[in-house]
Amino acid sequence: MKNRIVRMLAVAGLGLGLLAAPAQAAGLQENAEEHAFSFEGPFGQFDRAQLQRGWEVFRQVCSSCHSLNYLRFRNLAEPGGPEFTVEQAKAFASQYDITDGPDENGEMFTRPGRLSDAFPAPYPNEQAAKAANNGAAPPDLSLIVKGREGWYYPWYISPVLKLFKGNGGPEYVRSLLSGYTDPPHGEEREGLNYNPYFPGHWIAMPPPLSDDAVEYKDGTPATVKQMATDVAAFLAWVAMPKMEERKRIGLMTMLYLGLFTLLMYLVKRAIWSRVEH
Amino acid sequence: MSSHASYEFSNPVVRWIDSRLPVFSLMKAQAMDFPTPRNLNYWWTFGGIAATMLVIQLITGIVLVMHFTPHVDLAFDSVEKIMRDVNYGWLLRWLHANGAAFFFLAVYIHIFRGLYYGSYKAPREILWMIGVIILIAMMATAFMGYVLPWGQMSYWAAVVITNLFSAIPVVGETIVQWLWGGFSVDNPTLQRFFSLHYLLPFVLAALVFLHIWALHVPGNNNPDGIDVKSEQDTLPFHPYYTMKDLFAILVFLLVYLAFVFYSPWYMGHAINFVKANPLVTPAHIVPEWYFLPQYAMLRAVPDKLGGVIVMFASLIILFFLPWLDRSKVRSLRYRPVTRIFFWLFAITCVVLGIAGAQPAEGVWLLVARIATIYYFAYFLVILPLLGKLEKPKPMPASITEAVMQKH
Repeated sequence: MKNRIVRMLAVAGLGLGLLAAPAQAAGLQENAEEHAFSFEGPFGQFDRAQLQRGWEVFRQVCSSCHSLNYLRFRNLAEPGGPEFTVEQAKAFASQYDITDGPDENGEMFTRPGRLSDAFPAPYPNEQAAKAANNGAAPPDLSLIVKGREGWYYPWYISPVLKLFKGNGGPEYVRSLLSGYTDPPHGEEREGLNYNPYFPGHWIAMPPPLSDDAVEYKDGTPATVKQMATDVAAFLAWVAMPKMEERKRIGLMTMLYLGLFTLLMYLVKRAIWSRVEH
Repeated sequence: MSSHASYEFSNPVVRWIDSRLPVFSLMKAQAMDFPTPRNLNYWWTFGGIAATMLVIQLITGIVLVMHFTPHVDLAFDSVEKIMRDVNYGWLLRWLHANGAAFFFLAVYIHIFRGLYYGSYKAPREILWMIGVIILIAMMATAFMGYVLPWGQMSYWAAVVITNLFSAIPVVGETIVQWLWGGFSVDNPTLQRFFSLHYLLPFVLAALVFLHIWALHVPGNNNPDGIDVKSEQDTLPFHPYYTMKDLFAILVFLLVYLAFVFYSPWYMGHAINFVKANPLVTPAHIVPEWYFLPQYAMLRAVPDKLGGVIVMFASLIILFFLPWLDRSKVRSLRYRPVTRIFFWLFAITCVVLGIAGAQPAEGVWLLVARIATIYYFAYFLVILPLLGKLEKPKPMPASITEAVMQKH
């Protein structure tokens, strides 16, 4: 049903597409697998339990190679996110050693993390990240959901579909993490892995997830698909931590402005009814 | 503007000020009583809409600058800080980024309205030419603003566009290095773009003032393109057009804010959420949608210098339009043949926009070339010829008669 409405709107809105963002030429990439995330649409919100599970996946799996530079531990307890308690967020922070200083003797020192600290990066710099990963530095994941696209449609329909489906960033992350397959024709490339969702299909990152790589506290079975979905949702929140506030203020603004517009129309009509025009 | 203290204000404070500096008389004469043709349609509201967008850009921009750091190592991070840690920073940023696009949308509609109804013709040539200067200044401002967040597309847009000047013979390289402030797009480039991006909007505001001044000398053109002949043909600007414009502005804001709140990066490029990296070129370097027609013309010419000349000529030619169109009839309502070519021209601009978003090869390159030829032919061949050849339809004697005929 929802899909049919989207499709109808897409066709009706074709003309609008002329106005829109440029279409990408189709490259060596599959469209991401569709998935109805809870945060889609003008009223969509994050699923707290899902973000909490996604945080576990990130913390226990992704964070061994990937940084998350724009996330601070306090964000974990802020409204509109996973909404851990402040105590839980403090406990997470204290599990990490943070380099601080210099102290009064001019020495750098390490101390347990605090709420105000950024999530510590696994490597001290890009060169170290490259050296440890076969020459390909794992990208920071703070904005990965906004910085990647999941859909590659023809130019005449792409702007309309993207208006309703977004860029497909979360779907891309989910598909990539759960989409490793054997390469066609048994081809092999040194140090690279085959993934149809990756641009160019050959990715340096080995398959990061395997069933039960993480033990979920809420008892959800930790399948690869489940973990990929949860961490994609978590990274979507990290990329747009103010999404819920944005949609809430948006709704109030649109309602207020809509009413104001209606009143202005009536004012305009009343004034102009006095004259032939 | 010389009508000093021609009004008797009842408030003594207002009277005291007005007799020394007649700002109240000026506002009353120019913003309230100003005689405006009674037949203006909704296409005439886009001037006010564009002015509103400029004000929104100025206000959001001034506040964003309080939190932005123009440095290659810090710019991207400071934008993310605005998005995450500044109160309502996300709102300011998305209002500003989408505001630029909607400012262009309003201005483009405003320009096409002028083209259709012949608003560039005597006695409004200077009004039109100031408008063209505003468009060019806006483009420069928007381009430099797009560079500031220092994402991948920001950086590579700066590289591509500044490199255009290297096509100039002999002094090209020198000019490009002068623009960069070095030997590549780097920190000095970012800092001067920031400085100019802050300066130019105030220049724009001054140009808009001149634009409105030049408008208030002959008064508005109108959909029938005939001069105001009597007081009967006009209505006072307030309340008729203040209220109509306000309604139109609100409708426009609704669409604009729908993007700000529900699809804030729809018009942008995903790759610009990746920090600028001079060592990695994006697969496709594409400008924002409002530059796509010009971008298509740039790439339609096989020669680099030729492409640059054609692109700039597509804007410069607008200055000459009042003298290229030889017809004395302003509105295309009474020029049925020209009207067909006008709509072809409008479609051509959209087609150029689509072609600009595609890789410049194969059928799209051919399309862009044909469209570019038509773009120039419209101004250089079609309008001059039709001005002489076309027999316009009979026109009503006055605006009032035109209004009455409709009923």
